[in-house]
Amino acid sequence: MSYLTLSITLVFVLIPLVLSKTLNLGLEKDTIIATVRSIIQLLAVGYVLQYVFDAEHFIFITLMILLMIGAATQNARRKGASIKGITWKLIVTFIFIEVLTQGILLGLNITPPTAQYIIPISGMVIGNSMVLGILFLNRFTSEIETHQDETELILSLGGTPKQAIHNQLIASIKASTIPTIESQKTIGLVQLPGMMSGQIIAGADPVQAVQFQLLILFLLLTTAVVTSIMLGFLSYPTLFNERMQFLKLKDGES
Amino acid sequence: MDTTTKPAVEFRNVNYSADELHILKNITGTFPEGKITTLVGPSGAGKSTLFKLCNGLRSPQSGDILIKNKSINDYDPVELRRNVGIALQSATMIKGSVLENLELPLALQSKSIDHDFAEELLHDVGLQGDFLHRNAKDLSGGQRQKLSIARTLVNRPKILLLDEITSSLDRVSQHDIEELIEKINEKYGTTMIWITHNLKQALDIGHYTWVMMNGEVIETGESSILHSPKNERVQQFVKGELE
Repeated sequence: MSYLTLSITLVFVLIPLVLSKTLNLGLEKDTIIATVRSIIQLLAVGYVLQYVFDAEHFIFITLMILLMIGAATQNARRKGASIKGITWKLIVTFIFIEVLTQGILLGLNITPPTAQYIIPISGMVIGNSMVLGILFLNRFTSEIETHQDETELILSLGGTPKQAIHNQLIASIKASTIPTIESQKTIGLVQLPGMMSGQIIAGADPVQAVQFQLLILFLLLTTAVVTSIMLGFLSYPTLFNERMQFLKLKDGES
Repeated sequence: MDTTTKPAVEFRNVNYSADELHILKNITGTFPEGKITTLVGPSGAGKSTLFKLCNGLRSPQSGDILIKNKSINDYDPVELRRNVGIALQSATMIKGSVLENLELPLALQSKSIDHDFAEELLHDVGLQGDFLHRNAKDLSGGQRQKLSIARTLVNRPKILLLDEITSSLDRVSQHDIEELIEKINEKYGTTMIWITHNLKQALDIGHYTWVMMNGEVIETGESSILHSPKNERVQQFVKGELE
């Protein structure tokens, strides 16, 4: 696609702008900011990726992954700001997910150890893990606040912190992972995944595109479940002190 | 306060604050072993907070609490809470049946409840045995309160803290619970500490009483002190002039 053709696609930005203006929706400013940011960010990433792919150096690949983890942490931590030490818990989770998935992919020779494979797959894994982290933290903090009485009841009867928070933890893990599992049930019927569509448009063999998409879907299942469970089990102990007393959540966006 | 009976719970210069509020101010005093002590006072006096300190759900910033002459800090929290039972005014239930709620203290120890024991407990608090399989969410406020007491009794606590457990009950149910409190106290020698707004209950059932106001203990002694309190504010409270 040429830059001229790309510029014509801006008509898809004009449509919401005109509608917003006509109906006084007030979305013009945010739409323009989002458009400009996406153009700059994606073009910058495109050039950076081109350089990293050409250089094919371990350091650059690592730096790219660290950058993704940093950005994902920055984005997700706001939803768990009321949980003590959430930044480190997110970093540890994202690193673990990355090491686990790439360890399996590279260790079993499923994908080649090149930047062209490692970076896009890492992006999808960390991005999905970030979304799952946000979903989990959102639900978990809300469950904790709603069920404070139940938590204290179990503690008062001689239950441990793990027993006292068990129901809220399980409900949050389930609620955050269900969308991933459910969307996979209808994939291919309702929607064609973005990566697969992109490959097909770029001229790849549809069957091969499907094979890669399946690989990603399976990866995302692991990512979803492991992220929620790990964040949950890293987070709940900080809700209690050494005397097994339930601590109030810090004030923060939740 | 009684000097001949051993204290089951002793407060020594206890202070507790939360959210920059000084809730309990220099509390000192004892709750005699095997006796019923009522805790009376206007709302916001710090009575429920004092209970949470006894059960180890909160810790004081200064001072010490002794349970059976041993500092509360020297107890394992789980052991402490099984021995110092608490039935709260909120009578919180977990999702599930009456049986599941009754079994909760044992389920937390990976044990199950004997069916006859469960029925006996329900009978003791004035609930029918056929309640066992009802959904706890369908119970009335009074029935939940009774179930909450029965659930606390499952651990057979040595000290029982009862937080306004009769406030949502009708007169007949209140009488049932008053009888139950006396029965448990006599049968098992359980030390009872009971927060109540009903001064008649304090006089009729309680052996001793603590009067608390604004986080302070104002008067303590045998329940009969409520007939002729020395403190002017307590006199006003007893006359119903303070809420």
